[in-house]
Amino acid sequence: MNESMFALVDSLGFLSLTPGMLVMWIIGFTLIFLAIAKEYEPLLLLPIGFGILLANLPMTHLMEPGEGLIWRFYHYGIEWEVIPPLIFLGLGALTDFGPLLAQPRLIFLGAAAQAGVYITFFVAWAIGFDLQEAATIGIIGGADGPTTIFLASNLAPHLLASCAVAAYSYMAMVPIIQPPIMKLLTSEKERKIKMKRGRKVGRKEKMLFPIVSAVVILLIVPASAPLIAMFMLGNLFREAKVVERLSGAAQNELMNIVTIFLGVSIGATMTADSFLKKEALFIFFLGLFAFMISTATGVLLAKLMNLFTKNKINPLIGAAGVSAVPMAARVAHKVGAEADKKNYLLMFAMGPNIAGVIGTVIAAGIFLMLLK
Amino acid sequence: MANEVYAPLAGKIVKVSVEVGQQVEEDDEAMVIEAMKMETPVYLEFSGTVKEIRVKEGQQVEEEDVLAIVE
Repeated sequence: MNESMFALVDSLGFLSLTPGMLVMWIIGFTLIFLAIAKEYEPLLLLPIGFGILLANLPMTHLMEPGEGLIWRFYHYGIEWEVIPPLIFLGLGALTDFGPLLAQPRLIFLGAAAQAGVYITFFVAWAIGFDLQEAATIGIIGGADGPTTIFLASNLAPHLLASCAVAAYSYMAMVPIIQPPIMKLLTSEKERKIKMKRGRKVGRKEKMLFPIVSAVVILLIVPASAPLIAMFMLGNLFREAKVVERLSGAAQNELMNIVTIFLGVSIGATMTADSFLKKEALFIFFLGLFAFMISTATGVLLAKLMNLFTKNKINPLIGAAGVSAVPMAARVAHKVGAEADKKNYLLMFAMGPNIAGVIGTVIAAGIFLMLLK
Repeated sequence: MANEVYAPLAGKIVKVSVEVGQQVEEDDEAMVIEAMKMETPVYLEFSGTVKEIRVKEGQQVEEEDVLAIVE
């Protein structure tokens, strides 16, 4: 009788709670609060926040390898690299390459904004992270969630949770982090620059673009294949105009379904003993650093290009080269409209923004090629 | 003189802020266009009287479509 009482008491979760778990609860509740009350990236932060809470309830075995429910989501979805490419399929279907094709020179701004990724890679390496970890931390500067997760699961799975949460948090904070840097680096006059419209982009061109760029990019950086292949397929669905159903499914139903599994599994990897370490703090600082550098280099390259070109670029759109789509483009637009309310930068900013997504994937592919 | 009000970007008209016959000033808000889940007000480049409105709320417009005519 006594023994079974003890067994019953032992099987209660309470007694196995640790202070670390309670700290993680607070983090989980904070993300849930930010998602609901502030609507910061709610589609991701809500399931991530709840996942964190679940992972820090003792004895549920939800993340038990080989048996736990959420472990299965994580294992087959993320470790098997299924979910990030499926998200890219949806992103491809959502992306209109028109603004980029209309002014192809804007692609350089998307490339320049990857500088933060590489600079942070060296900084992280210099302060003692190994090469694989440093690459994973650097990629946060691209502000691209699925790419960060993809690279982390390949190079440094133990950092996956912290890097993913850092990447998504900074994406949510784009409107807070970027404007001060953008204003610091530009003059009022530059912010008022009204850009000339690019040329009209035809349907055939838009249709050929995903095919041609898939071939070219994959021949150069084959390691970026899972993401680029799905991205361009999604875009082809969109531009072909004959498979509206597939295009719609990729950007709505499928994207929503995988987002659920992605969020809850990422959250559930954040157990107290894996997350409450000083590395996590470093990752958050380095990620922020990467992101700020990327913002600055995008703006600075635009200014540099203006020295050589007659058709001026508003340097604000350089900041949209970080790949948070379309938040970074919206921020460029808003900062431009503050300087002159009749300055409509949104569509121009989409050019570097889309180029930034591809730039970040290529950066990840290069890291994979060199470091895996 | 008739002036055309152009859409500065492609998107959905979510609000038409002026009426036919209304006196309008330069920098007044004429429409609100939603694109990329963001609402962008379209401001007038000139003053005058609204002669014609060519779009309805909820309508999708392309960049450079004529939205209204101001005289």
